[in-house]
Amino acid sequence: MTSRDQILGAARAALHRGEGDAVPPAPPVLLSEGSKEGLVEQFQKALEALAGKVVVVHSHEEAAAAVNKTLNGRTFIRSTDPYSRERIAATEVGITSADYALADTGSLVFFSESGESRLLSLLPPCHIAVIESSKIVPSLDDVFRMRPLPGAESSAMVLITGPSRTADIEMRLVRGVHGPGEIHVILITSNKPDVTHSD
Amino acid sequence: MKTPDVSVSLDNKKLQLAIYSATARLGERRRENLTPDFEDLRQHAHDIKKHTLNHLDYYLEQLEKNVEARGGKVIWAKDGAEACAFVQKLSKDKGVKVIVKSKSMTTEEIHLNEHLEEDGVEAVETDLGEYILQLSGEKPFHIIAPALHKTIGDVSDIFEEHLHSKPETTPEALTKIARIALREKFLEAGMGISGANFLVADSGAIVLVENEGNARLSSSAPKIHVAVAGIEKVIPRAQDLGVFLKLLGRSATGQPLSVYTSFLAGAKREGEPDGPEEFYLVLLDNGRTKLLADESKRQSLYCIRCGACLNHCPVYRKIGGYNYPWVYSGPIGKILTPQFMGIEHDPWLPFASSLCGACGEVCPVKIEIPRILLELRADKVKAGGDRTEKLAFQMFAWVMSHPKFYARMASMALSAPMPRKDSFFAIGPLKNWLSQRDLPVPPAKSFREMWKERRSEHT
Repeated sequence: MTSRDQILGAARAALHRGEGDAVPPAPPVLLSEGSKEGLVEQFQKALEALAGKVVVVHSHEEAAAAVNKTLNGRTFIRSTDPYSRERIAATEVGITSADYALADTGSLVFFSESGESRLLSLLPPCHIAVIESSKIVPSLDDVFRMRPLPGAESSAMVLITGPSRTADIEMRLVRGVHGPGEIHVILITSNKPDVTHSD
Repeated sequence: MKTPDVSVSLDNKKLQLAIYSATARLGERRRENLTPDFEDLRQHAHDIKKHTLNHLDYYLEQLEKNVEARGGKVIWAKDGAEACAFVQKLSKDKGVKVIVKSKSMTTEEIHLNEHLEEDGVEAVETDLGEYILQLSGEKPFHIIAPALHKTIGDVSDIFEEHLHSKPETTPEALTKIARIALREKFLEAGMGISGANFLVADSGAIVLVENEGNARLSSSAPKIHVAVAGIEKVIPRAQDLGVFLKLLGRSATGQPLSVYTSFLAGAKREGEPDGPEEFYLVLLDNGRTKLLADESKRQSLYCIRCGACLNHCPVYRKIGGYNYPWVYSGPIGKILTPQFMGIEHDPWLPFASSLCGACGEVCPVKIEIPRILLELRADKVKAGGDRTEKLAFQMFAWVMSHPKFYARMASMALSAPMPRKDSFFAIGPLKNWLSQRDLPVPPAKSFREMWKERRSEHT
């Protein structure tokens, strides 16, 4: 008898179940309905609370300018550039997009099917993500609602919530352990700022 | 194991301060970040775990089918020896010399590193706290803050000795030393080994939750990724993570979401730029099916290893993580260890509790730890209790069921000398107890005497 059969057999014996016995439905899925109000502001507030930086811009030109300003002369690789693991490991900034952003926690969500490298947002000390504000959803629960099986098309779904951190030495917060210590999100909103409307 | 001599920990003032401040900080952050729906979430998580464990065979088979559909391989291991043998053979077959490991209590449980070392394979712990302890040759002190007992000076000394670095005085500088040393290992390693916070049956996926990025690196950089997980980690659906992720980060460190959450379904697929080429999931039993058979204690397996019960335990907060006989410390260790090892292994363990109930109150999956502790105490008594204790309780039962004798004893006791700090009782067996507290001064009359007087006044 294989270990598999022994383990499954022991589990069935412990549970008084027979092979192929029916299973009642699992408890219902519990996914919250987040607020769709002020998603940009919510996201900005949440990420900045974790020492991430958010710049809101209104066009692709402004986004490019914001990226250049953040780069400040540092070496970088974009996800559209040709790259290797060695090159990513040697560069100072990784520039990516993201599939979703979560307003309540300030997180970025990456599905590997979209072609973003897992290492580009991880190895360089600084990560810049440029995304359209339409990608912001209230919370992770919305992603699970839209994508009930995240692994269907992607080998990895990765959530990034602020800079890499540790508190392993005397509980003191240090950023940038193995991942980037610096994270910048350039948010492109289509709406121009409305000067006539003050709230 | 014999009862440990906890006085070594209690007398170490530096250690007491470290444990106290770390656990207090983690507890505070947890409270600050609780949400109004937290109770509902806990109940829901409990219900999902209950359902899954009650049909574990079904969900394990579903998990296996889906992992394999994603091109991963599932290895079933009855015990630690089988799990280690698989990893050892795989690293030999693939010519792996360096392995990067991200924090996993399960691999601590089966002593995987020691086995790999015997084969001359270098298995490097990459979580900062675990790395420090691996260098100093110690074990995790806490489930989520493994090196909380180490000071900046300790870490500087350890790095100086093993990495030949210069002495440093800030956590930032020390973290940088570790980052540089470990970065080389990540890029050199032929295999990455992780645990799993969750196994997702409907997706054939594992979930890794962390703050540093070492779990992402271990599971993304090397060509081979091996995850070692206990069979109890399975949950039915990816959508259930909505509930579990809200609970885990908050309960562990007070974070609404930890920095990195990786949902990994098999190896790199066509068209994806990076990720491991091979994925293996080792499903470990190692005593878990034995626990499953005990219906009233089955919920011990619901644990998601957040560490909240440690942070809130008055016993853990005094004695720390090294006085427990197995890898799992604190209240959860107190209920897991006797069930895995057998009550005779550490019969004292379920008694090392004040039964204050804090662990049960904070547990994110509502494991009734205090109730299980009581059951384990009963198991221990059934397995052969202490004779003196038995005699004492027999005497107590006799006195309590003989009211006249009880009344005479009670009135005699009132005039007897009481064990107080300044009395002769303060030497001998009561010395330690009285050094911290005093018995209250008894009233002049017993309740029965007062009752009698009252009755005669009113009639």
